[in-house]
Amino acid sequence: MSEKKIKYTVSIYTENSVGLLNRISAIFQKRHINIESFNSSITEIEDVHRWTILVHTSETLIKKIVGQINKQIEVIKSYYHTDEETIYQESCLFKIKSSLLFDDRKIQNIIKESNAIIVTVNPEFFVIEKSGRTYELDELYEKLSKYGILQYVRSARIAVTKAPLFISEILKKFKKK
Amino acid sequence: MNFKNYTMPKISGSEAVIKCLINEGIETIYGYPGGAIMPVYDELFKYQDKIHHVLTRHEQGATHAAQGFARISGKVGVAIATSGPGATNLVTGIADAQIDSTPMICITGQVSSKLLGSDAFQETDIIGISTPITKWNYQITKASEIPEIFAKAFYIAKSGRPGPVLIDITKDAQFELFDFSYNKINGIRSYNPIPEIDKNKIKEAARLINKAKKPLIVWGQGVILGNAEKELIDLVEKTGIPAAWTILGASAIPTEHPLNVGMLGMHGNYAPNVKTNECDVLIAIGMRFDDRVTGDVTRYAKQAQIIHFEIDPAEVNKNIEVNIAVLGDAKDTLKEIIKYVDTNSHKNWLKEFSDLYEVEYNKVIDAEINPTKKGLTMGEVIKHINEYTKGNAAIVTDVGQHQMVACRYANFKNSKSNITSGGLGTMGFALPAALGAKMAAPHREVVAVIGDGGYQMTIQELGTIFQTKAAVKIVVLNNDFLGMVRQWQQLFFEKRYASTEMVNPDFVKIAEGYYIKAKRVSKRDDLAPAIEEMIKSKEPYFLEVVVEKEANVFPMIPTGSSVSEIRLS
Repeated sequence: MSEKKIKYTVSIYTENSVGLLNRISAIFQKRHINIESFNSSITEIEDVHRWTILVHTSETLIKKIVGQINKQIEVIKSYYHTDEETIYQESCLFKIKSSLLFDDRKIQNIIKESNAIIVTVNPEFFVIEKSGRTYELDELYEKLSKYGILQYVRSARIAVTKAPLFISEILKKFKKK
Repeated sequence: MNFKNYTMPKISGSEAVIKCLINEGIETIYGYPGGAIMPVYDELFKYQDKIHHVLTRHEQGATHAAQGFARISGKVGVAIATSGPGATNLVTGIADAQIDSTPMICITGQVSSKLLGSDAFQETDIIGISTPITKWNYQITKASEIPEIFAKAFYIAKSGRPGPVLIDITKDAQFELFDFSYNKINGIRSYNPIPEIDKNKIKEAARLINKAKKPLIVWGQGVILGNAEKELIDLVEKTGIPAAWTILGASAIPTEHPLNVGMLGMHGNYAPNVKTNECDVLIAIGMRFDDRVTGDVTRYAKQAQIIHFEIDPAEVNKNIEVNIAVLGDAKDTLKEIIKYVDTNSHKNWLKEFSDLYEVEYNKVIDAEINPTKKGLTMGEVIKHINEYTKGNAAIVTDVGQHQMVACRYANFKNSKSNITSGGLGTMGFALPAALGAKMAAPHREVVAVIGDGGYQMTIQELGTIFQTKAAVKIVVLNNDFLGMVRQWQQLFFEKRYASTEMVNPDFVKIAEGYYIKAKRVSKRDDLAPAIEEMIKSKEPYFLEVVVEKEANVFPMIPTGSSVSEIRLS
């Protein structure tokens, strides 16, 4: 009974309330599921927040988890999607010793080819930023790690779905009640 | 009078708390005072003609009393406690109310907002602690939040699938003065308590039911919480379908109804468990396929098409995959489906149930309720309670063997008559819950049936019973063992009775110490007269019945077994 585990992007539309994060994270914790990344942001709708949670699990489990999330009072609606059903991006920052830029010219090519952006350069270090899909960030990390990275940080995934989500309609429907 | 310039005098946050409760129709609350909730208690003193505060002997007792109150009345139960240990002592009751969908509001005091997070005296993060076990919770730090949060709390606790809500109020918010006005809430934009009924699902379900040759209804507490008892009986009688119940669904249909085929699950009746794995359509109504009901889920009703009537979408396909989910309030969905189902009587199919009942009667039931061997059985105690209460009592049970026996053999004539800790299995539940039930329904006979283990977990609530004079009848079935654990040790751990034997005190003296009439019986001839005397008493009464030490509850579905592998011995 080992169902295939894949990455799911969970999108949760919420009211802006203290304590809700604790409630949602407990739902994952209870089932021993590790949250790979988490992002909270504003949305196209005033006063509505959107959480994007990345988890690696089975469809049976994620379906139940989203059911439990939807049950929470301050959750307007939550969904789960596969990578194919979303347009997603992650971004990362690399801090690298500036001397390497001149010691090994290959680094300059790597930066150019990967469409990374140089955020800042000073005599000691330079910082580059790269946004893209998970594998693109992985690739760049692999290439640069050979030269030595001083610091590396990666953001949570953000994603929009290919299919419409109709959150405004859900909210309008409520007002009519 | 010039209304424009007339302003109501400001009131304190703590007075506002009382006014909120009054606005919600609350007349009785259970609690225990302490430092961080003292301003509210001061107002309770002033409003004692409007709100009866019952001082329990432990905060856990307050939650279970509030639960008993809610379970017998269908109203919201209220418990109140101070910060720190007062708040943490509520946790078991809150968890119990959450898993058994009981509407309850818990109010806790909290240290002053300036001290939050400073590890102040009696500070505890009760919001963090109670988050996974509440339907909703909120910390109030400003008095002006009180009316809206209380209105929200009551609405959330009782709407849809009910549950517990905790409101934590900092001490400065209790003192703060503000302009009070109260408006009840009947909607929250992110919360949809009752899903809309899909008529197509109703029709689909009706088609399946009409085609079924061996249908079986399994119902749970959703029927009681949704006040759908009449609709369920109408459905059962029109279709002629046998119906079985989960422990929390007990009493929704009278025990003696010819289509009531008994209790499901681990210690349930033989027929409904066996027939779960033989029926062709299984109709689940307001129940959640708990593991104590399903046994091994991979071998549960695999042959059947399953229809699930359910208010909480998260319960659908959670434990058991179903073919048709009919979402909505049980009263509404059942009312609707009755229109589409055919009148029927499944005579041959019902005969199969009565045949299996006979097997169970001969192997288990007869010896339990009409014993001829020396030791008293738990079943004969319940039989006599049935006789003297004529099936009109509310039976409040704790957790363990006595609970299973009481639920199996109690004769229920009225709904909301089986009050027990189902999902959480909280020992210590019964004594305070019986007090709450008796106070909510003083005209009803309330009999608490408790084991000697669980009784001692909240035995101090005898003090509350004595003080309130609530005429609760308390029956302790004493086998000097933690009987259910001992039964498992006998069956699955080769009789290694690790820490299950109890050396008990003189229970009669303890009850008498609280000025409660008390009696102890150990002989069969004394049992019926003692129960008669207890039921006739107008005051609280304690009866200890010394029962067989090492008796087992059967039938039994061992953990990991399928429902059809139910054992009769």
